[in-house]
Amino acid sequence: MRPILMKGHERPLTFLKYNRDGDLLFSCAKDHTPTVWYGHNGERLGTYRGHNGAVWCCDVSRDSTRLITSSADQTVKLWNVETGTQLFSFNFESPARAVDLAEGDKLVVITTDPFMELPSAIHIKRIEKDLSKQSADSILTITGIKGRINRAVWGPLNRTIISGGEDAVVRIWDSETGKLLRESEKETGHQKPITSLFKSADGSHFLTGSLDKSAKLWDIRTLTLIKTYVTERPVNAVAISPLLDHVVIGGGQEASHVTTTDRRAGKFEAKFFHKILEEEIGGVKGHFGPINALAFNPDGRSFASGGEDGYVRLHHFDSEYFHIKM
Amino acid sequence: METIEMPLPVPVHRLGNDIQQLNIDFSNVDLDSIQLPPGEDFGIKSEDEEEEEDSLEFETGFGNIVVVDNLPVVPPEKFEKLEGVVRKIFGQIGTIRERGLWMPIHPETQKTQGYCFIEYNTPQEAQTAKDQTNGYKLDKSHVFAVNMFDDFDKYMKVPNEWIPPETKAYTPGENLQQWLTDEKGRDQYVIRSNTDTEVYWNDPRQLKPELVYRRGYWTESFVQWSSLGTYLATVHRQGAAIWGGGTTFNRLMRFAHPQVKLIDFSPGENFLVTYSSHEPSNPRDTQRVTLNIFEVRTGKVLREFKGSADDFATGGTGGVAGVSWPVFRWAGGRDDKYFARIGKNAISVYETDTMTLLDKKSLKVDNVMDFSWSPTDPILALFVPEGGGGNQPAKVSLVQIPGREELRQKNLFSVSDCKMYWQSNGDYLAVKVDRYTKTKKSTYTGFELFRIKERDIPIEVLELENKNDKIIAFAWEPKGHRFAIIHGDGPRPDVSFYSMRSPNNVGRVSKLATIKGKQANSLYWSPIGRFIILAGLKALNGQLEFFNVDELETMATGEHFMATDIEWDPTGRYAATSVTVVHEMENGFNIWSFNGKLLYRIPRDHFYQLLWRPRPPSLLSPEKEEEISKNLRKYSKKYEAEDQDVSLLLSEQDREKRKRLQEDWQGWVNEWKRLHEEEKLFRQDLRDGEPSDEEEEYEAEEVEVEELIDVTEEIASFGFEQLD
Repeated sequence: MRPILMKGHERPLTFLKYNRDGDLLFSCAKDHTPTVWYGHNGERLGTYRGHNGAVWCCDVSRDSTRLITSSADQTVKLWNVETGTQLFSFNFESPARAVDLAEGDKLVVITTDPFMELPSAIHIKRIEKDLSKQSADSILTITGIKGRINRAVWGPLNRTIISGGEDAVVRIWDSETGKLLRESEKETGHQKPITSLFKSADGSHFLTGSLDKSAKLWDIRTLTLIKTYVTERPVNAVAISPLLDHVVIGGGQEASHVTTTDRRAGKFEAKFFHKILEEEIGGVKGHFGPINALAFNPDGRSFASGGEDGYVRLHHFDSEYFHIKM
Repeated sequence: METIEMPLPVPVHRLGNDIQQLNIDFSNVDLDSIQLPPGEDFGIKSEDEEEEEDSLEFETGFGNIVVVDNLPVVPPEKFEKLEGVVRKIFGQIGTIRERGLWMPIHPETQKTQGYCFIEYNTPQEAQTAKDQTNGYKLDKSHVFAVNMFDDFDKYMKVPNEWIPPETKAYTPGENLQQWLTDEKGRDQYVIRSNTDTEVYWNDPRQLKPELVYRRGYWTESFVQWSSLGTYLATVHRQGAAIWGGGTTFNRLMRFAHPQVKLIDFSPGENFLVTYSSHEPSNPRDTQRVTLNIFEVRTGKVLREFKGSADDFATGGTGGVAGVSWPVFRWAGGRDDKYFARIGKNAISVYETDTMTLLDKKSLKVDNVMDFSWSPTDPILALFVPEGGGGNQPAKVSLVQIPGREELRQKNLFSVSDCKMYWQSNGDYLAVKVDRYTKTKKSTYTGFELFRIKERDIPIEVLELENKNDKIIAFAWEPKGHRFAIIHGDGPRPDVSFYSMRSPNNVGRVSKLATIKGKQANSLYWSPIGRFIILAGLKALNGQLEFFNVDELETMATGEHFMATDIEWDPTGRYAATSVTVVHEMENGFNIWSFNGKLLYRIPRDHFYQLLWRPRPPSLLSPEKEEEISKNLRKYSKKYEAEDQDVSLLLSEQDREKRKRLQEDWQGWVNEWKRLHEEEKLFRQDLRDGEPSDEEEEYEAEEVEVEELIDVTEEIASFGFEQLD
């Protein structure tokens, strides 16, 4: 499995997202320019210029026409995927961390960081097909969580919002009333900040990664803990294979803690686990820093990883991968 | 009448003042509304629950008063004279408090009553007064009986009649050797990570450890097995404690020694040495050092040593900072007969029978730098560096204890340093000698090899082929005749193996082999010999090579990334490699088989130590052991069968577990699908009627494609004749 090295970002990667067809890969990094690549050969297709700070997260509409990005410049911007023109900008009082489009692409959930006196918040906004009707107003704002909310996604039928962040608690909110419906228990839940949250392709379960060196798989409706995957380093990124019963977990010691020059020291590997048996299958090495972002191609035949080293590595699986016996 | 000042406990009414100082208005506090958690301890478990304090010495506050009895009875005229005499005698010992001498007078006769009370400034003075004046003869008929005032109560309570002490029925103690009777013949190890200390069975068949006992905050600094594995010692602020027995690890004994820092068991684990150092009150003074020698079984202090840190520094010649541990080195053997320490120009050898210096004097050796005991016999090896500005040669000598006769001596020239290595059976002693070259600018290394058990103790000199090679490590084969050396410069040194026997038995050391270019900096022989791990620890990132010295071949190579420590189990069947807190990451340990197969890995954050539980030496005679190893096949059959059963059972269990997991998951997925189906229309609605759900999009479809590549026409000729 020879990876395709995609060098286009000048700063650490923060997020990766394939479109529904898997032919486009969107990457966000701490430089200010989200980039789009061909999903099969890693060729750079274009960039989205306009942000003035690190870009933390993005999402793309089901029909691959619109891209939405959140940035530390306190804006969330809507882009035309094809032309790269900015369509709209939501302005906030604090850095915007996560974005996620709802089923039907008419709603978006955005999280903002605690900043100065402001607490962190989850915002829900409407996205209009007709841009002239687009408004910057929120339908709902949820506050009251301590610390950053690193990720928020929609639950089944857009009825709930699932969030996870620095306080290590996974929460399910009612997306209409903003009421807290469920929250993970202290004993079974994560012990340290949740860094990533990834929904399965069918939306039935989701995976959270945490600095407590574990990743946990949850039922999206009941918030029952289904599986736990234990690794040897802090987890920054997680993804679930849409094809096989595999999950991939990436991370590594924070750069400031890596004292030796040997890159094995940081464990900058993407580790594959069997989703059901919770057993480690193997690892993919290559990055020179912690892995910050992971994404599976929707066909499950390739995956991309983005690292602190500024590279995106695109891996097409060998045929042996599809015949791993457990 | 004079009164004695009595210190009072804090009066109750004063508590009120304290409360006022806290600014709490108790009139506003509804005491009934305060609900305390149930239980006497309010549900808060105390860490030292069982640390029951010994019944507290009650401080009555009269500790500085003595009672003097058998004074002459005198009329009032002579009162002053008697008082003067008493004051003179008792005033010499300490300061008598103002109005601290009280001699009661009989109300009717107005005579004294033959006793008096004396109050000193300190209890120490009172104690000294009691010790020195009890039995003091004032004259023939007046012999003082002096007692502490506080003791009176104690003596009054002594019953008048002697009651024979109750003989307690004998209750058999726990079998402290129980761990040796494990049916599977497994070994134990103790690990410490975070705040937990855990003891495990190493279960190589199950490829995982089995927990024996776990306890949080068991020790305050480290744990240590006793030399034969009977006890596990923990170290606390108040002293050390030992634990042992079946599976529960009960506390067997405590050894009080405040601020204890280091402990050491004698080889026969009969004695425990504890060490502490204390900052002096005057910072210009050197540190104070306290050492206690306890008897393990009774917990009694047999001998206490106190002094400044300088007195206990090795080398004795001064200038050496700190104390090298162990201060006391024990002579070999399980009888723990002697222990010794090095001092200035002397080695002090003590006998455990009397806990005093052997023959009441130290062994005088000018400038002695280092010494070590033979691991089996009472023989001391001493190293004395060059003296007199190079006029006296350096020497290594062997001294027999208790006779102190010098068995052998070897003078050495141009020595910069010496290190002594005993073979585990005490058969050989290797002295690594670093010598200056002629220019005195660099050093080179050679070995002096002593054959202790042979007549006259012959000495042989071994020099490496390349004299400039640095010696990185040296190690004797336990119970064997071979040794290994890592030597060379640069990152890939060579490893050489030597034998003290040679093929034609002339009693000469011979080289067996040199293997070149190894990434190794430490040597770990299996405790039964024959196998050795060549390890590249620390800077070499944990490279491991499992080497069979009989066959001179590598059995396996491995890596435990960043490994800092390696320890063989006492039977030589398994080895543990670990990464301890010296590194921030990768903490935990791996267990390997002797031939280099990685059996299992246990990651643990904040991993401090792993120690295999030692086993006492085998009770089998060498002949019996020989016989067993000859007929190993016969004995191993039983275990092989057991191994197979276990592995079958394991794979069966494993299969079942996997099946169950898969089934559980499938059940969960089916339930999800049902709900998902129900919601299908809602979902379509959300997408403005677009029907396709994600999962339908990617349904696998097999399409057969036929492609016409080429067409050729051939005329087939039929063989008509065959049709006939």
